[in-house]
Amino acid sequence: MAVKVIIPTPLRAYADKRESIEVQAATVAEALAALTTQFGDLKKHLFAEDGKLRSFVNVYVNDEDIRYLQRDQTSVKAGDTISIVPSIAGGAPKRGRVFPWPRKR
Amino acid sequence: MATKTVADKQAATLSKQEIQRYSRHLIMPEVGMEGQLKLKQARVLLIGTGGLGAPLGLYLAAAGVGRIGIVDFDVVDFTNLQRQVLFGTSDVGRPKITAAGERLRNLNPEIEIEAIEARLSSENALELFQDYDIIVDGTDNFPTRYLVNDACVLLGKPNVYGSIFRFEGQITVFGYPGGPCYRCLYPEPPPPGLVPSCAEGGVLGVLPGIVGTIQAAETLKLIIGKGSRLVGRLLLFDALAMKFREVKLRRNPDCPVCGTDPSVTKLIDYVEFCGIRGEEAPTRVTNIPEITAKELKSRLDRGDDLYVLDVREPHEYEISNIHGHLIPLGELPRRVHELDSSREIVAHCRSGKRSAEAVEFLEKAGFRKIWNLKGGILAWSDEVDPNVPKY
Repeated sequence: MAVKVIIPTPLRAYADKRESIEVQAATVAEALAALTTQFGDLKKHLFAEDGKLRSFVNVYVNDEDIRYLQRDQTSVKAGDTISIVPSIAGGAPKRGRVFPWPRKR
Repeated sequence: MATKTVADKQAATLSKQEIQRYSRHLIMPEVGMEGQLKLKQARVLLIGTGGLGAPLGLYLAAAGVGRIGIVDFDVVDFTNLQRQVLFGTSDVGRPKITAAGERLRNLNPEIEIEAIEARLSSENALELFQDYDIIVDGTDNFPTRYLVNDACVLLGKPNVYGSIFRFEGQITVFGYPGGPCYRCLYPEPPPPGLVPSCAEGGVLGVLPGIVGTIQAAETLKLIIGKGSRLVGRLLLFDALAMKFREVKLRRNPDCPVCGTDPSVTKLIDYVEFCGIRGEEAPTRVTNIPEITAKELKSRLDRGDDLYVLDVREPHEYEISNIHGHLIPLGELPRRVHELDSSREIVAHCRSGKRSAEAVEFLEKAGFRKIWNLKGGILAWSDEVDPNVPKY
């Protein structure tokens, strides 16, 4: 089934600068597998070494957090939208400092 | 929300001037005299007077929030002016809270501005937050985000959250009674190595304006107690696609701070929690062979056969360059054949961090005569050619 995966800005660099990608999948796990097969660099940003989704990356099917559904086994149907939402910290980011913790105390 | 008032001392009425100033609020039944008096009695603390803090400060002051605290420790610099609309060119070099305080007092002399020149820390957060009803998080880094969250949960104060990255923003209200907190959403911050490099940094100047004004709107709604609050909902905004989306945000019963059996019951060391050991590059790149800008200049002047490799992005090359051969860091693995390993190569980027990665990569690929330009194009501008713009 064709589902849309929305790629957040910080990860677009690893997905050919695409805003969203359509994949064929019946579950969230299948959708993310299809995505990381197509864009290998995304894998380490989405998954920890043990294969689990990273704790600063949340995944939603439509507007529901998969942690409160069946996690990566959550089923998806045609027309569903999967959103990947990583944590971002910026308020007034200084150029070149992703972690702008300026001086050591 | 229940605003604890400072109005025990001041009569909860509006003067003639205040009635005139706030008339467009007063004639609107959703605010009215009741709402305006709530605003007058409200105390809001803004953490950070940057891109988000600027519209927040301006709109909350204009709306008549009776007491606004602003916390910052930085000075205004030229790169701030692209988005931090609280400041003017003549403010460059001044402490942000001084400039912001003046601007806000001038905008609305009826209210009290408490300008606090401090770096928010685990030592001072609880004491600072104590005197305010609502905390608004406009900071720019993970340690402070977690610190603000935990302090708000511990004190039971709402935290109006907004954050931005390039074209994208996230907004919600954490710490509202019964609602989720930041750790329910993201239990842990990303490890330092796994975030986009500086090549992907930057922010569309108007984005913090949009996100900050949404935070301001939510703050005003919390005070006057009207409308549907942005609690349990995370608003996602993409300025490039010009789309707002919303996802559900749930309170996690196992949350280490706001859960039923919390493990975090006092403030911790948030720099350590976020795995940050200072601003320098990780230790793994300290053994990279380096050349200083001055050495490079004198070797080039001598006519040495050096290949200058620029590993920045094409749009950065357009800003300023030192005539290096451009191969962006991300393309290096598949374009490595373009390089001649028998020649001496000097790699550079903006500050020397990405090029250190490039040197490390090329050494692994068998290159032996390779150097990293220490301090990058910034050092070149400082030490060799001041006509090369810094960015």
